[in-house]
Amino acid sequence: MSVLAHDIVTAVLVLAGAAMCLAAGVGLIRFPDVLSRLHAATKPQIFGLMAVTANVAINNFSVGTVTLVVAIVVFQALTAPMAAHLVGRAAYDTEHLHPELLIVDELRDRRASD
Amino acid sequence: MMLQIVAVVASVMFAIGAVCAVYRMVVGPSVLDRVIASDVLVATIICVLGAEMALNRHTDTLPVLLVLALFAVLGSLSVARFLPARDSA
Repeated sequence: MSVLAHDIVTAVLVLAGAAMCLAAGVGLIRFPDVLSRLHAATKPQIFGLMAVTANVAINNFSVGTVTLVVAIVVFQALTAPMAAHLVGRAAYDTEHLHPELLIVDELRDRRASD
Repeated sequence: MMLQIVAVVASVMFAIGAVCAVYRMVVGPSVLDRVIASDVLVATIICVLGAEMALNRHTDTLPVLLVLALFAVLGSLSVARFLPARDSA
């Protein structure tokens, strides 16, 4: 791969990760309740991480680097949804949400039938 | 030259994202908002470390990324798990 193409790939992936972090920050400021802020917050945790770690793996392509990058992405993909799920459930239980913004509320129906 | 411009632009975007997360952490209004904001701050730090590695072509901080990806979850998880049922702070 030529030097220019290499630099362009690096630039695009770094800017993609930075755009994810910027979007998460703006979403945290502008969204109205915990659940929608959670939606904005979980994007850089996966997509930003995948962009920058793929960038590192491309720049230093070796078995050790690629293995470590795959491990990082797998562990992040295992742990981030777990935290997001627990925070979302806690937000529902403590009523930190706007019910009028929900299109479907399946949890309420299940709680009512219990 | 192009990568230097990219580094400056990306730094500004990371900084704005981090400042927004800190603002949400200070303002709240609930504990869960602060937890989410701290998660975003950790994700931003991970992305900054990775972007610095990518731009400078080294792999020195990859183990730091691995540890952060593994253990960044513990704080928000324990707060969400042990939150009092009626919390308004």
